[in-house]
Amino acid sequence: MRLPSWISQHLAALRAVLVFTVILGLAYPFLMTGIAQLPGLRDNANGSVIQTADGRDVGSSLIGQSFTDADGNAVLTYFQSRPSAAGDGYDPTSTAASNLGPESVEDTLPVPGAVDDEGNPDEGSQSLLTQVCARSLEVGEREGVSGARPYCTPDGVGAVLRVFYSSGLTGSVTRAVSVNQAAPATPFIATYEGVTVESAKPGDDYSGGVLVPIRGDAPASPAVPADAVTASGSGLDPHISADYAALQVTRVARERGADPAAVRELVDANTTGRALGFMGEPAVNVLQLNLALDRDLPAR
Amino acid sequence: MSTTIAGVFFVLSLVLFVALAYRWFGDYIFRVVSGTRHSAVERVLYRLVGVNPAGEQTWPVYARSVFAFSLLSLLFLYGFLRLQSKLPLSLGFPGMSPHQGWNTAASFVTNTNWQSYAGESTLGHLVQMSGLAVQNFVSAAVGIAVSVAFVRGFARSRTQALGNFWVDLTRITLRVLLPVSVVAAIVLIAGGVVQNLSGGTDVTTLTGGTQHIPGGPVASQEVIKELGTNGGGFYNANSAHPFENPTPWTNWIEIFLILLIPFAMPRVFGRMVGDKRQGHAILAVMVILAVTSVILVNTFELLHNGTVPTAVHAATEGKEVRFGVSDSATFAAATTLTSTGAVNSFLDSYTALGGMVPMVNMMLGEVAPGGVGSGLYGILMLAVITVFVAGLMVGRTPEYLGKKISAREIKFASIYFLITPVTVLIGMAATMSTKYRETMLNVGPHGFSEVLYAFTSAANNNGSAFAGITVNDQWWDTATGLCMVIGRFLPMVFVLALAGSLARQRPVPASAGTLPTHRPLFIGMVVGVVIILVALTFLPALALGPLAEGL
Repeated sequence: MRLPSWISQHLAALRAVLVFTVILGLAYPFLMTGIAQLPGLRDNANGSVIQTADGRDVGSSLIGQSFTDADGNAVLTYFQSRPSAAGDGYDPTSTAASNLGPESVEDTLPVPGAVDDEGNPDEGSQSLLTQVCARSLEVGEREGVSGARPYCTPDGVGAVLRVFYSSGLTGSVTRAVSVNQAAPATPFIATYEGVTVESAKPGDDYSGGVLVPIRGDAPASPAVPADAVTASGSGLDPHISADYAALQVTRVARERGADPAAVRELVDANTTGRALGFMGEPAVNVLQLNLALDRDLPAR
Repeated sequence: MSTTIAGVFFVLSLVLFVALAYRWFGDYIFRVVSGTRHSAVERVLYRLVGVNPAGEQTWPVYARSVFAFSLLSLLFLYGFLRLQSKLPLSLGFPGMSPHQGWNTAASFVTNTNWQSYAGESTLGHLVQMSGLAVQNFVSAAVGIAVSVAFVRGFARSRTQALGNFWVDLTRITLRVLLPVSVVAAIVLIAGGVVQNLSGGTDVTTLTGGTQHIPGGPVASQEVIKELGTNGGGFYNANSAHPFENPTPWTNWIEIFLILLIPFAMPRVFGRMVGDKRQGHAILAVMVILAVTSVILVNTFELLHNGTVPTAVHAATEGKEVRFGVSDSATFAAATTLTSTGAVNSFLDSYTALGGMVPMVNMMLGEVAPGGVGSGLYGILMLAVITVFVAGLMVGRTPEYLGKKISAREIKFASIYFLITPVTVLIGMAATMSTKYRETMLNVGPHGFSEVLYAFTSAANNNGSAFAGITVNDQWWDTATGLCMVIGRFLPMVFVLALAGSLARQRPVPASAGTLPTHRPLFIGMVVGVVIILVALTFLPALALGPLAEGL
């Protein structure tokens, strides 16, 4: 007896799915895993795990880490990594980018006393601009340089106004609110087109105004490098730029009581240039650099 | 060397190697799909599946084989995802929810690889390597098979036969995809990509914290993710993750793998129709569009316009230091020009115009060079529309490669073209006009861009994301899953139907009135048609999103 063709066709399809699953889904990955365990590939295949001087597994040379203490403060004897959006920072179980856009400039300020559905205090949410400004201020203070950036207030939030006009989008300015600065903070500029700028009251709705970021007079190329104030795509970036490493040399040398020239030498030793001279960007591996510091220039 | 010059060298080196691959790899694929000898392994496989490799299929039978295989793949993968907790190597993760299981199964079977889940916290190793990675292979092979059947429609005459789907599927998988994957996986492991079956290890970090170093059969999956223009990452961070893409040179390899097959397909086309110049012309169209797009993304990202990039003084948010801005932008262009959708940097944080170009790349219909196979049949459909437009201009019956493009053929081509925009815009409208628009992360035009990008990506089977929206809920999973299935399989019906109709025709000898389809005039016309069709279809939507934000 012959099966109707539509049934035999689906039976063939089912058998094909099973056969390909065995070949491509079992044989192939097992073969590759076997090859990967050969000497020379094995360390890579198992995650490029690296050890401290006393032989303790301390992480992977490919995965970045936070060099902070239990309270989240930077440990000053170590070079610091970039900001990270993976979990609470450098968490490989929840890799992520911030996914905030280039015009993410307005914060939702936390309302004092307010709680969410689970009874946690309202934390608001920071725009990307405010995150950048706050990190710049923090890094600048830590490294002893100016943290000023365009579109940032001196107190480290986005310099953004909501401007209200007499007739919607046109007419004279009737009111200007510095939306990222919660009252009673002093607004970053006193007046806007003749109108006194007020600081924002958390919880108030300013959506009727027009968003106006204010450039300010900070230099276009700030002292704190770009990678120090932005999160990476994976949240696990093991590298910092050569600029950010150079910025940290003085502080690390001071905290360790070491010669800055010696620290600089270690930075160079842990810097990889562009592959073949043109692929990617020069990068400093932070974990390897910090391990080298502990080995060669232990903190006194 | 400055970033810009290094970036230019990076692109030029890719162009050089892709050009070499066009010639040699294209010829190799041509021999694979047109050979008549079956290897011993293949004969065993045909016997196990129960098909006769000598039997040629008409277009309806070919189409039904494609759909039967894809349907069974979908059901099998859905079951796999739902039941993963009962299987070994699940790492203790529960089965997927029904809507997420549907979305993920649809996503991988359609070669989209949109991910509404985070790999490292959702899926065990067995489901990844025996469920998802298998579809990475076979969904790519299905795309190539359909494009080959389509080209047979041009190459053959007075016949109903378009080849045998099972033979095409098997040969492309075993002779093209698998060997390249084995070699490239070893190369990636040498670069640092992990390949093990461990659940990972916990370590104490230098300052006393704990960190979980993940494991997994990543290299074997990473390779086919790029080679098959799939794009579904083993980990949530996709090719930005250091274990998927550890160095600047693995980044180059991954981009090369993405471009390898799509750019080789026009050569296969040229060889199959017996006129290599036809393949060169199609390649030229793809290259013009692709290079323009790579230059644009790089330019917008390096100029870093916009409030936050100006404050930062570089568009580094969401990008890795080791790749830098330029190579990240090149990856973003490559991944959206093909239907890959892998990312090594996060598009939501791109400058407004830098993020728009990837979206436009997808709106082109994924034809420059497009997904494996789907890019070739996509651009050939547009070439058919072009000869029709040209025929109208001079008042002659249009013909392409000696085949008349009459009312029946042009109907198939037009419907083919309309399916994706209709799917995108309906999905878009349904989301924006209901409460589901609240799932946007950003507000205003950028939020609009997120939703537009999501539907464009799903319906074009790209799978990259502007992210930002919370896509793991019932609405998004169901809606984008439907878009992916419609955007993949409905066009295939018209591709194969057109192939059947062309194959039946007898060839028309070229005359003085025939438009030569290998000259710069024709190349320019196809480029024009592609851009005009996209502009007419999507400009209003783009104006509300990225254009409103960036200008």
